[in-house]
Amino acid sequence: MSAMADSERHDHDHDETPCEAALQELYLYLDGELTPEKRTTIEHHLDDCSPCFEAFDFEAELRVVISKKCRDEVPDSLREAVARILEPPTDSTVER
Amino acid sequence: MADQATFAAQAMEYMGPLYTAALRMTRNAADAEDLVQETYLKAYRGFGGFQEGTNLKAWLYRILTNTFINSYRSKKRRPEESELDEVEDLYLYRRLGGLEAVAVGRSAEDELMDLITDQEVKDAIESLPDQFRMAVLLADVEGFSYKEIAEILDVPIGTVMSRLHRGRKALQKRLFEFASQRGLAEAPEAVDPNPPATQPALAE
Repeated sequence: MSAMADSERHDHDHDETPCEAALQELYLYLDGELTPEKRTTIEHHLDDCSPCFEAFDFEAELRVVISKKCRDEVPDSLREAVARILEPPTDSTVER
Repeated sequence: MADQATFAAQAMEYMGPLYTAALRMTRNAADAEDLVQETYLKAYRGFGGFQEGTNLKAWLYRILTNTFINSYRSKKRRPEESELDEVEDLYLYRRLGGLEAVAVGRSAEDELMDLITDQEVKDAIESLPDQFRMAVLLADVEGFSYKEIAEILDVPIGTVMSRLHRGRKALQKRLFEFASQRGLAEAPEAVDPNPPATQPALAE
């Protein structure tokens, strides 16, 4: 089942301006979830419309910033514990 | 069936992102460590069922989120859907957009990197209700596709899309609140409560 089925059905919705139509699909576009045809339509609009281009660019860069800033150092204690889980000692030293 | 050494080497690579996700979910370092350990333990025990060539990262996240939901999530029932206010589209852009125009040659990314601190991003994500938080983490921090997120969270793709839509807007609102609190952006209600006193008339 396509996630895009619903939006494609509104392809020729005459009530929407091209800007509203582009904004409607901003996240689908940034998430890489549009069909190539839909992607091209959006890209053509962004080439012609600097306000939309600026808004899309802002959202794309905000995403990059969120991803870069949401990182944490793995504590050594966790690293060691996981290593023990994944690579249990094969020696017989722990045998009783 | 995957070979055990290969599995171990590949699974180790995801420890950083899994720990980050665990921290955002549990909001607590000790619980996050336990959650990641439990995830690896379950993955190790179940690796016989893991097929080489399938998506190991998504499979590990599925174990992590299921373990979180079953064992770590607050038992207190919360009306999650209603916890998120309606937020307009492009919330942050409409308030901060055009920042890059101020300093010529700087991109929105440079400006946002300076404007928002790491801790604010983490706090803003952690402030989201569970189901929105997990969707936003998986999409925006980890870069999973809608289909992968649907499989990890065991919900339909439409549900993933609506959680992302609302979660992202709520996240932008939180980020703006943080920036406003630090005086880096103008708060919407920023009206000077103490206007400077008018010059007293000279006494005769």
